[in-house]
Amino acid sequence: MSETITEPLLHQEPEAGATRRMTLNMGPQHPSTHGVLRVVLELDGEFIEKATPEIGYLHTGIEKQCEALNWQQVITLTDRVDYLANLSNNLCYSLAVEKLLGLEVPPKAQFLRVLLAELTRINSHLVWLGTHALDLGAMTMFFLTFREREDLLRIFEMFSGQRLMTSYIRPGGLALDPPRGWEKPVRAFLADFPSKIDEYESLLNANPIWLRRTQGIGILPVDEMLEIGITGPLIRAAGIPLDARKMTPYSSYEKFDFNVPTETGNDVFARYTVRMAEMRESLKIVKQALEGMPEGPTRAEAHRVVLPEREKMKTQMEALIYHFKIVTEGIAVPEGEVFQVVESPRGELGYYVVSDGSGKPLRVHMRTPSFGNLQGLPNLVEKRQISDSIAIMGSLDFVLGDCDR
Amino acid sequence: MLPEQLQENELAAALAAHYPAAITGAVVAHGELTLHIEPDDILAVLEFFKRQQQFERLSTVTAVDRYPLEPRFEIVYHLQSVARNLRVRLKASVAGEISSATAVYAAANWYEREVFDLFGVVFSGHPNPKRIMMPDDWEGHPLRRDFPTHGFKYTYGEQQ
Repeated sequence: MSETITEPLLHQEPEAGATRRMTLNMGPQHPSTHGVLRVVLELDGEFIEKATPEIGYLHTGIEKQCEALNWQQVITLTDRVDYLANLSNNLCYSLAVEKLLGLEVPPKAQFLRVLLAELTRINSHLVWLGTHALDLGAMTMFFLTFREREDLLRIFEMFSGQRLMTSYIRPGGLALDPPRGWEKPVRAFLADFPSKIDEYESLLNANPIWLRRTQGIGILPVDEMLEIGITGPLIRAAGIPLDARKMTPYSSYEKFDFNVPTETGNDVFARYTVRMAEMRESLKIVKQALEGMPEGPTRAEAHRVVLPEREKMKTQMEALIYHFKIVTEGIAVPEGEVFQVVESPRGELGYYVVSDGSGKPLRVHMRTPSFGNLQGLPNLVEKRQISDSIAIMGSLDFVLGDCDR
Repeated sequence: MLPEQLQENELAAALAAHYPAAITGAVVAHGELTLHIEPDDILAVLEFFKRQQQFERLSTVTAVDRYPLEPRFEIVYHLQSVARNLRVRLKASVAGEISSATAVYAAANWYEREVFDLFGVVFSGHPNPKRIMMPDDWEGHPLRRDFPTHGFKYTYGEQQ
């Protein structure tokens, strides 16, 4: 890293026949990098000859900390991996642990998980849309999307007591029963939101600046995308319906009727179209989850995994003992390993969890979509104009916490 | 050697037919196929899965530290076939060095840098073998089991 910093800004004596290049540091504090990403750009005039992303500024050692905590304590760390899609991370880790335990989760909990995961997708896409449009000069979008995001955060707060770090989905079910009357704000959001998407589209779809800055920008051949590890809306905008919800359904996604939106444009505009369509599909899923919500408990009948209800702890000795054992020793997860994949708003999110049969994980590896997608950044921006790189970075929709962990 | 119950698994059998010496073990657990591969054959096996079995994607490369067992590191590759909707996990146990998979899958680049940075496993033939997460002047490899969670230079509250 140090040699790039001490490098002279202008290469004084170019080799014979070569052009003079300028090295430019974008970030780590550049607003369009949405976090602390540093990209070292080698410029030939307005064109990017070489781009080198430098990550790791937000590396917090989450994978290391997971090994020092009990199985159920890790949930709080999964929130902090991707702070815009914390429920997707909660869900992925919980599914992995449940697979190792061989635990079946009640249908109501599965439906609520789907509902919350889809609301998380909308939440994340709203932040993406607001900041992406802000980068390209459409400031109004930011205020509009954050207005709707507020409704979603209130819904998350109503469920879990937290707006961002929810920790709501736990191995064995949900942390708490949903509060009485929880359907009302969700229904209100469902009724309200379609018109809001129309509002966003009316502001952008016919906006000449938006169109000229997004159409035909950031095209990468599909096989190169697969090769470099790009997933999520980017690969779907290139025409491949790669979506873990359809390909390997989890948490009863197979019971829902929804489409995986794809586009063939493969540019920044196609990625925008795909994400807008995804928000509509997510609304469809939330609606089906609300209407088909099964009755029953939200936690599995597993004394050694799920904390007992407060009321039982005060009246039954066994419940008190189980509570004590879970809190002090942790869950005993049988030996084995699982790679659980869910579709996070950004792409393929995978948790590779290894257990050696003790109260703590031997290894928790997170295959995060931002890390995979960001690796393709040089391929996407090289040989293109520096102003286009802002649009391309926006279309990648990365979260640096998700990337660095 | 392929265990008998896996003879009928299409992928495992196909690999065993091509590279019988490369497989040191195979398990299907929780619906996921794991193949243990001889570290020297890992590139040939990755190549086989990519070219002949349509595994277009390398999902992730990571490592598990089995300290104090020897050889201590398991390098774990997760491959996905989008066309066939299949996943497979390949594992190679190494003491500290393995060939880089970047020649087969370009996506391995950053994942191998991460494993090198956090575990200290060397990937021979890697185009850019530098640290990716930790600062360049960092000492040690934090995800090793014998690296304390609080680090070696922990002085908070005990300075003076």
